[in-house]
Amino acid sequence: MSSTTMITDTVTVFSRELRPVLRDPFSVVFSMIQPLVFLGLFAPLLPEVEGGSALQWFVPGIVVMSCLFSTSFTGSNLLFEIQTGAHERMLVTPLRRPALIVGRALKEIVPMIVQTLIIVLVCVPFGFDLHILGVLAGVAILAVMAVGLGALSYTLALASKNTEWLFWTVQQTVLFPLLLLAGILLPVDDGPGWLRALSSANPLTYVVDAERALFNGEFPASTVLAAVVASVAVAALGLAVGTRAMRRSS
Amino acid sequence: MNDTMIQTTGLTRHFTVKKDVVEAVRGLDLHVAEGELVALLGPNGAGKSTTLRMLTTLIPPTSGTATVAGYDVVDQQREVRRVIGYIGQGNGAAHAQRGRDELVSQGRAYGMSGRDAKARADELVASLDLAAVADRPVSSLSGGQKRRLDIAMGLIHAPRLLFLDEPSTGLDPQNRANLQEHILKLRADHGTTIVLTTHYLDEADAMAERVIVVDHGTVIADDTPAGLKAEHAGDLITLGFASGADAARAAQRLGALDGAAVSSDGVQVEVRAQGGPRLVPGILRDLDAAGIAVESTTVNRPTLDDVFLNLTGRSLREGVVTTSTEEVAA
Ligand SMILES: Nc1ncnc2c1ncn2[C@@H]1O[C@H](COP(=O)(O)OP(=O)(O)O)[C@@H](O)[C@H]1O
Ligand SMILES: [Mg+2]
Repeated sequence: MSSTTMITDTVTVFSRELRPVLRDPFSVVFSMIQPLVFLGLFAPLLPEVEGGSALQWFVPGIVVMSCLFSTSFTGSNLLFEIQTGAHERMLVTPLRRPALIVGRALKEIVPMIVQTLIIVLVCVPFGFDLHILGVLAGVAILAVMAVGLGALSYTLALASKNTEWLFWTVQQTVLFPLLLLAGILLPVDDGPGWLRALSSANPLTYVVDAERALFNGEFPASTVLAAVVASVAVAALGLAVGTRAMRRSS
Repeated sequence: MNDTMIQTTGLTRHFTVKKDVVEAVRGLDLHVAEGELVALLGPNGAGKSTTLRMLTTLIPPTSGTATVAGYDVVDQQREVRRVIGYIGQGNGAAHAQRGRDELVSQGRAYGMSGRDAKARADELVASLDLAAVADRPVSSLSGGQKRRLDIAMGLIHAPRLLFLDEPSTGLDPQNRANLQEHILKLRADHGTTIVLTTHYLDEADAMAERVIVVDHGTVIADDTPAGLKAEHAGDLITLGFASGADAARAAQRLGALDGAAVSSDGVQVEVRAQGGPRLVPGILRDLDAAGIAVESTTVNRPTLDDVFLNLTGRSLREGVVTTSTEEVAA
């Protein structure tokens, strides 16, 4: 039996996590129903904004929203495995603790890409301007954010081991403020000062801003850099607390 | 084959629940040699799972030490994890996955190549009768099928030492027998050292060569099932009489028997003593000579429950009592 490394362990966890998605790709679409409903019902209500169609402004936000929804839910899969015993079984294998969280969090990138693709493709016929390079750059930034958000969701699952309600309470409590404060559905620029302050403390705000520019084919250096820093910070935080929680998990 | 597989000294684990300290395992000294099949028998809450969880590196001991296959369970966790297989109380295979996928990824976790893991998964699927269900979502499997899959998961890397926590709890008698057969076969074919926990007396009795009785986190007896019974419980001879008066007279006469505990209840007299079947003819002759007619006789061999009852004053049984009974003609 050959020996394992941090990398092979991560690949093992990543592919295991991805397997049910590959076996049942439709599950990815299910998690998108809400974002697509928002898209369908909100977009027609949006006033024309200067320098582009409402759709051009709205779609990147929906892409981030879709990513936020699926990554924040993802811990519930781990929570279920904690309850049924699969997680315990994996803890007794020689898999390295960091790999158990990194592999899972990396998997979040795959549904995010599929979802982004679907949203963009659905919107192109309705006049969404496709800027391929910008979308690719946007996806790259969002990938880092997805890893961070996923790791945080898994951490929450580990912390909710015997208290399932804790997971759902925190997840629901955090989800919508994050969403609204990032200016995904409505711009926060005209809001009161306290709201703008909260918004600027929300890492997602910077990602949403950058996605809007990138999906529109623009590459404003400072906006993109802010988004990169915000997502790297969330990823680093998520993986750090996730690894710590995984080491303590039993 | 007398190498040490498990050695614990003063193994202790406390849990703190809302400022109350639960002493789940208290100063366990345990020695298991390579190739043994040991059952930890005890009621719910005795500390069986906690002991296994310490030995499998899931939780650290509060105090004391344990080595598994020569490795320390605290300082050499990865080495321990490499050599052991663990089948916990829950389902090792995730419900959202397919059984065969889980087997393969389990093999990968132990460093097997993709091809080896697949081949090994196929082998286990066949030997544990899982062919029909291995490619279905685990959630759709029956309790017995899930449990066999759990066993397959624990065996993927052919471990030298296998821990099973309540392997047959929740299974019907047929599935339980089937599972026990698989475990015994594993032992016979590969000489795997097996430590299992159970609160089923008949399971411990039927499977293990060595039964360690635990209660309140400590070992209260440790022997072969036969040894435990001989040491801690005698046979139960029950004599039936036509009248209470006869029974009372008989009880009085039998009180003189060496090493026997006699009690009477209505028209029945119970004699607990070692070597019951060989005592009965003498008892019958004696009572006959005294002019007391015996109407019926049964001899119950002791069970592990009698052992537990004698050791703790409590019964392990939850449901209806069934004992192995040998009828003796009166
Ligand atoms: N994680 C835990 N937190 C608090 N108490 C626990 C925990 N695990 C076990 N216990 C307690 O320790 C005792 C032994 O439990 P356990 O080892 O599961 O017993 P068994 O497996 O023999 O039924 C019980 O009183 C149980 O409530
Ligand atoms: Mg238990």
